[in-house]
Amino acid sequence: MSTTTPSRGARAASGTADYLDQRTGIGTAVKGFARKIFPDHWSFLLGEIALYSFIVLLISGVFLTMFFVPSMGETHYEGPWAAMQGVEMSQAFASTLRLSFEVRGGLLMRQIHHWAALLFMASIVTHMMRVFFTGAFRKPREVNWLVGFVLLVLGLAAGFSGYSLPDDVLSGNGLRITDGVVKAIPIIGSYMSFFLFGGEFPGTDIIPRLFTVHILLVPGLILALIGLHLLFVVLHKHTQYPGPGRTDKNVVGYPLFPVYTAKAGGFFFVVFGVIALMAATMTINPVWNYGPYDPSPVSAGAQPDWYMLFLEGALRLMPGQTEYVIGGYTLSLNVLIPAMVVPGILFTAIAAYPFIEAAVTKDKREHHVLDRPRNAPFRTAFGVAFLTAFVVLALAGSNDLIATQFRMSINDITWAFRVLLFVGPAFAFWVTKRICLSLQRKDRELVLHGHETGRIVRFAHGEYIEVHKPLDEYEQWLLVSYDSPRPLEIEPAEDSRGVRRKGYRKDRLKQRVSRIFFEDRVEPVTPAELAAAHSHGEHDTIAPAPEHDQITSEVGSGPASETDTETRNR
Amino acid sequence: MSTQQNPGHGDEVVAHEGSAPATHFENPGLPPHRPRQADVNPAAAKRAERQIVILFAISIIGTIGTVVAWSLVPPGDTPSSMRLSNFLIGFGLFLSLMGIGTAAVHWAKTLMNDHEKVEMRHPQRSSDETRAGAVEVLKEGAADSGIGRRGVLKGAAVTSLALFPLAIAVPLIGDVGGSWDVSKLKHTIWRKGVKLTTDPAGRPIKAADVTIGSVFHVIPENLEEVDAHERLNEKAKAVVLLVRLDPKDLKEAEDRKGWSYDGIVAYSKICTHVGCPVALYEQQTHHLLCPCHQSTFDVADGAKVVFGPAKRPLPQLPIEVDDEGYLVAQSDFHEPVGPSFWERLK
Amino acid sequence: MKALAARRHHRHAPVVLLLLALLATGVLYAVLAPTSADAADSASANDIEAGDKLFQANCATCHGPSAEGTGSAPSLIGVGAASVDFQVGTGRMPMAMSGPQAQAKPPQFDAEQTAQLAAYVASLGAGPGIPVAEQVDPSKGDAANGMALFRTNCAMCHNAVGAGGALSEGKYAPPLLETSNTHIYEAMATGPQSMPVFSDANLTSDEKRDIIAYIDAQREPSPGGINLGSLGPVSEGLWVWVVGMGLLIGASVWIGAKSS
Repeated sequence: MSTTTPSRGARAASGTADYLDQRTGIGTAVKGFARKIFPDHWSFLLGEIALYSFIVLLISGVFLTMFFVPSMGETHYEGPWAAMQGVEMSQAFASTLRLSFEVRGGLLMRQIHHWAALLFMASIVTHMMRVFFTGAFRKPREVNWLVGFVLLVLGLAAGFSGYSLPDDVLSGNGLRITDGVVKAIPIIGSYMSFFLFGGEFPGTDIIPRLFTVHILLVPGLILALIGLHLLFVVLHKHTQYPGPGRTDKNVVGYPLFPVYTAKAGGFFFVVFGVIALMAATMTINPVWNYGPYDPSPVSAGAQPDWYMLFLEGALRLMPGQTEYVIGGYTLSLNVLIPAMVVPGILFTAIAAYPFIEAAVTKDKREHHVLDRPRNAPFRTAFGVAFLTAFVVLALAGSNDLIATQFRMSINDITWAFRVLLFVGPAFAFWVTKRICLSLQRKDRELVLHGHETGRIVRFAHGEYIEVHKPLDEYEQWLLVSYDSPRPLEIEPAEDSRGVRRKGYRKDRLKQRVSRIFFEDRVEPVTPAELAAAHSHGEHDTIAPAPEHDQITSEVGSGPASETDTETRNR
Repeated sequence: MSTQQNPGHGDEVVAHEGSAPATHFENPGLPPHRPRQADVNPAAAKRAERQIVILFAISIIGTIGTVVAWSLVPPGDTPSSMRLSNFLIGFGLFLSLMGIGTAAVHWAKTLMNDHEKVEMRHPQRSSDETRAGAVEVLKEGAADSGIGRRGVLKGAAVTSLALFPLAIAVPLIGDVGGSWDVSKLKHTIWRKGVKLTTDPAGRPIKAADVTIGSVFHVIPENLEEVDAHERLNEKAKAVVLLVRLDPKDLKEAEDRKGWSYDGIVAYSKICTHVGCPVALYEQQTHHLLCPCHQSTFDVADGAKVVFGPAKRPLPQLPIEVDDEGYLVAQSDFHEPVGPSFWERLK
Repeated sequence: MKALAARRHHRHAPVVLLLLALLATGVLYAVLAPTSADAADSASANDIEAGDKLFQANCATCHGPSAEGTGSAPSLIGVGAASVDFQVGTGRMPMAMSGPQAQAKPPQFDAEQTAQLAAYVASLGAGPGIPVAEQVDPSKGDAANGMALFRTNCAMCHNAVGAGGALSEGKYAPPLLETSNTHIYEAMATGPQSMPVFSDANLTSDEKRDIIAYIDAQREPSPGGINLGSLGPVSEGLWVWVVGMGLLIGASVWIGAKSS
């Protein structure tokens, strides 16, 4: 304790703290929160990319609202862009041009806003992948997974409503397609189209309505749900990767203040900085090249922003024969299936997966230690298959660009993707599962036999062996500390007296599903097995098994030590 | 190496259930802490501190640069000047932000205390006592309200609460759809005698101007008479593509033989899939390709679909020639144009 | 002289000698290289005869000895000098390999030979002529009107700024930004392969010039930075993943890694 009088700054700080605490009791929060422990891993920063790009969207968005005019009233352009001189256009489009060419920093803000939007969706997808592949959605975080899922859908809505605001030919054709999809809905379709556009397409209401959706309704919901999302993280505490010292009952990491204040706070500036760099150097959404919306023109390469490409691809791949007239009424399955059923299946799969997995594993424990993806082969393979389907659809949505860039026939590309949409995920599932199982076996090998050192020893009796270095306990823990659930076992069909048991059918179905998840598995090494591996004598422990690689050119160049932080922090 | 230990083929390995210590490894606890350069070497710490200061300084320079660029380099009138302004302001912003970000992170990584700490978790579930207490207070409250004994009250409350949203929703939704007159979707402004004119200039087209292999983008001449706020709505249904084929190549249905003029045919430009303009005319194959989802229509055969997700052919506009030689419509389309909707054929 | 000789072993001497050699080579080349011939102003009878000879040697196999067409290639009677100037001038003809359409490649004939071929074909039947310089001068065109026409008539195949687009079955509309203004005019007038014909009744000569003015304006740099090919949201999406997520994941790994 210093005996000198406190500095003016220190006195001011304590005075403020006292003032606040007397009125809010904030001392409790500071005490509990400031040194809260958060685990450290780079993949935990992916969600922060999403959070920070959202903040960038809010900041740049406010700037844009100062100049953008959300009106479809007609005006004639009189600004500096030569190719638009005197052209009739909506106020929305004209104000976008003014922002881009006359407001200082306006084009920069537009580009920051749009790059941040694309990055927001990309980081949400990446973050979701991380959460999925590490099993972070398990109890108690299922509700948070659903909150995140809703944020994903809201992000799509925000992006779509946002890029439609400038009322240009590209996004206007996107709205036309939306109108066509909505019209295809049975019974109420044409009414829903009138509901959206305030009458016939395009009308004069859609841009102001999208503006309200884009700056008020959707951001409001997103902010509220982000708050809930982060509240859950605080409530549940963050998950952590498996490793020495980490259990389901603790959190190992660094305190919020000062380490994460600096790292996470600094990361905000890094994210914003990267977005600013992209906006300073790379053109995005040059609406002056597309022109103001008119129902007659369309440009080659008419696609929505990347995160909507999966819908676009589905629409392109669907063959057209499936429109039927039943009793004089038209049912357009060729539009409904790609625009409603396909995204319905994809979104339901995302939302429902945690509950499906929980039902199959019958696992009711809380999980705070993450899975290494290889240790959950079905889940990892399922996730990769899902991503494959998503990527095939996105590529299908870009089929005309693939055709021009690679000089191929667009019809052949479309057919190839029609097949790949089904074959691709199945193949990806099988390959990924095999890879996961192989990686697990490699881990087993490593635990049982240690690292190859590349040192060759020749015994007096002439035998050559390669010396293996056994794992230290920290690395070993990482490789053996996972669960490997077994398929469900059920009671036999008939009881001891030969009477068929009620509920057997349901149990059998559950067992089948459980087998699909867990039949192929590799169990972790147990101490008994390790002891058995060692007990075959020093000689055998360090002798390579016949199926191991023969001595290769690695002689004399073995790794020095594998116990470094790389493996621990994986 | 006995085969029992061979993990080669993925099947389960028997766990020795009986011997408890041998079933699972114990968690070895936190690994020993490794100090960083900056922790042991004061020179390294000083160096790190200098680097952090430099990064903060870069940020300040970036901020100054941004403000200077904003003041001195306006967008101007040419694409090049706009590009320069965008780049300078943006790059300054980049330095300003990145400087702080990298400085903060570098500080955390090299100088801040990096000893790992452990905090215990508590189960999410509230304790049994708390739960019992919660049930108790809810029961008390319910008893206080008297709702248990008054069934009609409960029913009335629920019913009114369920119904009141209608009072908000009906006015909210009621006028959102404008006139709600969906029958407008079935008609366009094409009428008998309306001239075909070029889009966007509005010049009438003579049949003699349409050569084989050409394509004209067409709007009806009465489009300019439509009210300004309805004009795009009508244009969105009325745009037409005009092509001329060699009459030998043109296959026409019996009931449509009078709809063309000497190999000149007119089709709606609105795709029957989901409404994009079908504008790509491939002169040599007589195919119309829609750029949005690649529906392909054969103009020589009633614009029927030959590839892609559309089902119906493009509606055909019956045309003829007036006494001055200009192309005019014979009537409106004989079916609704554009994408399908439920009551389209009713 | 003595001073120069004294410095012959200077360490910069090789560099100076190299620069001198390069300079000498450049000057010699500039002086001695054959100049490209100027196109003749009007087709003389000699041109038509020379063009006939070139035609028989290079084109008649597919187009027929009197350009009447065969199963492999259409008739050239009535296609006009503009067609030949376009097809031969962009290297599309003679076609080097079969495929969905003729591809632009380095022209096989020089300007004089091209003019001779054009004169010969034009003599077979009246057709669109090669535009004069004034007709393709972008400074005389109105880029705003050009854009309005371009986006209705051209953008759906060639893309909003002429970056090119896909047609069916492997055909494509090529990018326009590197194409000469004369060739653009000629393509509109003659409708090569899948492209429709835009006669003067459809797009007047002034309107064609307006379109050329618009495309010329597109050759300026984009105000927002590099234009990523002007291909639209797909390329933007690709680059946000590669550059944006790439840099940020890299930054995340850096942040999460332990300092040495």
